[in-house]
Amino acid sequence: MLELRELHAGYGQMKVLHGVSLHVGEGEIVALLGSNGAGKSTLNNNISGIFRPTAGEILFDGADIAGLPPQAVVELGIVQVPEGRRIFPNLNVRENLELGSYRRARSRRGANLDHVLTVFPRLGERIDQIAGTLSGGEQQMLAIGRAMMAEPRLLILDEPSLGLSPLMVEEMFELICRLNREGLAIFLVEQNVVQSLEIADRAYVMENGLVTLDGPASALLADPELKKSYLGL
Amino acid sequence: MEFFGLTLPSYGWETVLGSAVSGVFLGAIYALVALGLTLIYGVLHIINFAHGALLMLGMYGVFFLWKLAGIDPYLAMLIVVPGGFALGYLLQRFVIGKASHGRDEIILLVTLGLSIVIENGALFFFSATERSVLVPYDLDGIDLGVTYAVWPEIAALAGSLAITGALWLFMMRTDTGRAIRAVARERRGAQLVGINVDHIFAVTFGLGTAIVAAAASLLAPTYPVHPQIGNLFVLIAFTVVVLGGMGSFVGALVGGFLIGITEQLGRLYMGESLGVITVSVIFILVLLLRPTGLFGQRSGQG
Ligand SMILES: Nc1ncnc2c1ncn2[C@@H]1O[C@H](COP(=O)(O)OP(=O)(O)O)[C@@H](O)[C@H]1O
Ligand SMILES: [Mg+2]
Repeated sequence: MLELRELHAGYGQMKVLHGVSLHVGEGEIVALLGSNGAGKSTLNNNISGIFRPTAGEILFDGADIAGLPPQAVVELGIVQVPEGRRIFPNLNVRENLELGSYRRARSRRGANLDHVLTVFPRLGERIDQIAGTLSGGEQQMLAIGRAMMAEPRLLILDEPSLGLSPLMVEEMFELICRLNREGLAIFLVEQNVVQSLEIADRAYVMENGLVTLDGPASALLADPELKKSYLGL
Repeated sequence: MEFFGLTLPSYGWETVLGSAVSGVFLGAIYALVALGLTLIYGVLHIINFAHGALLMLGMYGVFFLWKLAGIDPYLAMLIVVPGGFALGYLLQRFVIGKASHGRDEIILLVTLGLSIVIENGALFFFSATERSVLVPYDLDGIDLGVTYAVWPEIAALAGSLAITGALWLFMMRTDTGRAIRAVARERRGAQLVGINVDHIFAVTFGLGTAIVAAAASLLAPTYPVHPQIGNLFVLIAFTVVVLGGMGSFVGALVGGFLIGITEQLGRLYMGESLGVITVSVIFILVLLLRPTGLFGQRSGQG
């Protein structure tokens, strides 16, 4: 479904990604792990078209989408829930969700809104509340709900558990499994290594802009190398 | 009455009220010019120095439509408002946005340069001569008791309120309006739901220009047009925007009326030349006492 080949990217003179290759298949949960500053968000934003890679390919259903503008990427069905949520703080919950279908699935807005509100009843209770006044956990639900409104085929989640209470983190991982069961392919960027590996099919570990380890999640979970270097276990 | 050593004349309440009412009519136009400015500021976070020049261009449009085709200045709105939108859209999308590479300080200079180009272009093509649109109804109106309101004044007030209301509805009810509000506060988030930010910037600039074109229509029957006419209004509009709070719609409306009333009362008590100064004094006082304006805290819509 999604395949990155030798992707190079950065910011001006600064190189961040030095040839990253990875792939996500239909219906998979693929985790991307790596410490702060490894380049995970940079990777996501190059896929989403926020930034333009300097070299390499981003194939989606076999077509190279590298360098497409963000709206074209969304239109194809690749939707990102970014780090820091990036909800619209000055708009209410309903407006935030409805804008999720600004580019894609607009004709099914009503039905999708109902669906999101059954997944997140909390958002239904706060439907007219200004989004900037929601709690952190609610804002994360809103960010995911907003992405769901576009009927993504591939959902990119950038550190969705960041800043959530342990209970909410648990709920978040359950939700990711649920979305995946509904047929969504998920590319999950996380620092919560163990929980991510428990729900993922496969995983990649990134260090300093390079993939240094990859394989089935269960194998990585058992990998003494990963445990030592990355988990500090 | 004495005021900083100046002896002010004392008037009956009818005169004062009459002055205040005519200030409301004047303020409606200020509010409209300020509305376009504050919209662009609230979304693009830039001060559009070309706003006054675009107002002037709109007034020339109205003038020539009247002079050459006999089109009534109010009817001309049907042409200059869409024309203003198109011009504003193209300017932002292909000139201002492209030339500035997303750097705010460059945008500022580009709009400043644009205003100089437009003004000198007007001077070259239209000369400095003042030109007036003459309408048969400019002295008719309604007797309000304390003052006599002529139709152009009434149209200015009604038009300003209607346009502000329509803009508000547009911003709240349409996807494009919501996208504009979204972009104003969260550009990255907007990109990630598939909003084309460059397009929304251009739409916003187009709306701001369309609004100032509507103001041009409303002004044309009462103000003669010349290449510098925009400066007068835009200076006051800046004051209104700062007074009302940068980026706030309600602030633009209330600020416009406050400035209009202040100016007219200033005129009444201190004469033509000193009267205008009261506006500048208010401007400085606001900056000193409440730099965020009456309705502003952050950018975005109020
Ligand atoms: N917008 C940006 N402009 C310049 N440098 C950036 C930007 N975003 C991230 N970086 C830099 O790129 C590197 C990788 O950052 P990032 O992709 O955010 O890593 P991660 O998401 O893995 O923590 C870091 O050194 C960071 O400082
Ligand atoms: Mg990151």
